[in-house]
Amino acid sequence: MSELSPPASEKADNTLLKVANLKKYFPIRGGVLGRVVRDVKAINDVSFTVARGEVVGLVGESGSGKTTVGRTVLRLDEPTSGTIDFDGTDIGRLPKQDMRRFRKRMQIVFQDPYASLNPREKIRTVLGHALAVHKIGTPADREDRIVTLLEQVGLTGDYLDRFPHEFSGGQRQRIGIARALAVEPDFIVADEPVSALDVSIQAQVVNLLDDLRAKFNLTMLFIAHDLAVVEHISDRVIVMYLGRIMEIAPTRALYRTPNHPYTKALLSAVPSPDITARKERVILKGDIPSPINPPSGCVFRTRCPMAIADCANVVPELKQVSPGQFSACIRTAP
Amino acid sequence: MTQMPVAEPPLLEVDDLQTTFIVGEGQQVRAVDGVSFAVKAGETLAIVGESGSGKSVTSLSIMRLLPKRVGRISRGAIRLRGKDMVTLSDKEMRAIRGNDIGMIFQEPMTSLNPVQTIGTQIAEVVMQHERLPKARAHERAVEMLELVGIPEPARRAQQYPHQMSGGMRQRAMIAMALSCEPSVLIADEPTTALDVTIQAQILDLMRTLQAKLGMAIVFITHDLGVVAEMANRVVVMYAGQVVETGTVEEIFTKPLMPYTSGLMQSIPRMGEYEEKTRLQTIPGYVPLLTKLPGGCRFRTRCAFAQDRCAAAEPPLEVLDSGRSVRCVRWQEFDLKTKASA
Repeated sequence: MSELSPPASEKADNTLLKVANLKKYFPIRGGVLGRVVRDVKAINDVSFTVARGEVVGLVGESGSGKTTVGRTVLRLDEPTSGTIDFDGTDIGRLPKQDMRRFRKRMQIVFQDPYASLNPREKIRTVLGHALAVHKIGTPADREDRIVTLLEQVGLTGDYLDRFPHEFSGGQRQRIGIARALAVEPDFIVADEPVSALDVSIQAQVVNLLDDLRAKFNLTMLFIAHDLAVVEHISDRVIVMYLGRIMEIAPTRALYRTPNHPYTKALLSAVPSPDITARKERVILKGDIPSPINPPSGCVFRTRCPMAIADCANVVPELKQVSPGQFSACIRTAP
Repeated sequence: MTQMPVAEPPLLEVDDLQTTFIVGEGQQVRAVDGVSFAVKAGETLAIVGESGSGKSVTSLSIMRLLPKRVGRISRGAIRLRGKDMVTLSDKEMRAIRGNDIGMIFQEPMTSLNPVQTIGTQIAEVVMQHERLPKARAHERAVEMLELVGIPEPARRAQQYPHQMSGGMRQRAMIAMALSCEPSVLIADEPTTALDVTIQAQILDLMRTLQAKLGMAIVFITHDLGVVAEMANRVVVMYAGQVVETGTVEEIFTKPLMPYTSGLMQSIPRMGEYEEKTRLQTIPGYVPLLTKLPGGCRFRTRCAFAQDRCAAAEPPLEVLDSGRSVRCVRWQEFDLKTKASA
């Protein structure tokens, strides 16, 4: 452990998570020998930080790698290369048994609360497991703790002996959140936590996450495709496309003055419920290319309205365009 | 928004539709309970609602695609150019489906055949509609793929559905639905599974094709942003019933029913980071059809509910303007949305 400790200077700052040059390739095997023939480059050279108490939104379309980033940061998927510095320790290389200590500090909330809850376990058992595994409290204390947890997420102790199928989607997601909170984590990855919910229920859960965040000073990586929800809940936002980061910016700057052509196109594609303000729309042509064989240079160039010949030659680096706002584009952030 | 001449009869008319489902132990529920609306040529009508509102069962009822022995139309009429389709035989209905009425669903794989090439499938639909030699029908299929913006349509026509991305498959399904130039298109959450940049392409395409072919579109969705962009008129459903109707302007700027305004207020909107306040919510959950509250079905979640709301089920009141609302107290409110502020 000690040799993995970072220099004192890094520990002093407010960074909880620092991801550097993270790559995650999923091998595709083929032929009779099952050799690796190609890779799906799900995440390609991704770097970002999350400060203590900060909510960072992670947006992108299918194939952008946003879910893989969330899973890899928690070591639910093994990184191919790069570092994942969590509170001063590179957990990307920790042996499994040493990871255990960190598991308690890092939790995940999934999109589909039904698929992530064991249908045969009562809520008492679901939440009790989380406490028992991490040896939190005595068995006698645990029931009180579980009731407190349920109350914190807007349910009551009456639900202790019910099974997951007896709950609505919104209630199940509350249980998923209670389970993540049970071990008092420092960091939560929320992977599309409200996208499976009805509109009227979605607002309830977004408010709950807002409240819990304020109450427990939660640090969160909030992964979602709904740009309005991400704006509502995040302090900063990362935009990914085909395994790479296109832009990182404080929320206000990203939505007000997006720099990257992809961010602009993405924001303009969201249908607006505001019928009084019609906006100019950038309609992208074509589909997201395959992450098995991404375009050379800038991965967005095949759909980019601003692409020039040079875009095929260099992978653009993230460059600062305004305080805290970084964009990877040779046209708009040279 | 184009104003249709008053005299023009509706193309599709749903009149007091009631669809009953059997839910275990012989218990029956009315998934759709007395729903009426009409759509004219060139018009887009959006049906909005959350899960359990009955919006998708309405679309399945129109197409006569209800699960056999479980769901059935128990009352009402569905008229196409004045002719009731509820009483048609399965065979007669098949001739109408994919001919006069096209449909697009959320999941294209449910309506595409996995073991036939896209080109062959579309050509078959074309041949059902029109007597054409096979080669000519195939050419038409390629033209349709081109029309919906699929690059290299001739090559794509040779592919099987699994060889295409979700956005491509959705476009292929639209090409198939449009290949016989239907006068009515039923689109049930057609872009919900798609990424926003692909959704923008598909919505743009639907608008272009509607302008070209003059179709009536019934657009079923839970996404209010999509409704605002696509619809001329809106039907709001809750727990199997219509609770409010109006033009898209009326619904979005001056809703009359507390549920409608609640929905409008609960969606986060882009560009509101500064006014970062709590989202307004509708408390509680959509009631199960087996456990509906007596009286107004929304009253258990409604901030304005009074004793009289429980006394009797409010009728759908039709106003002089042509809008309708199901609420005994609507005249007492001045409901707001963010758009009307």
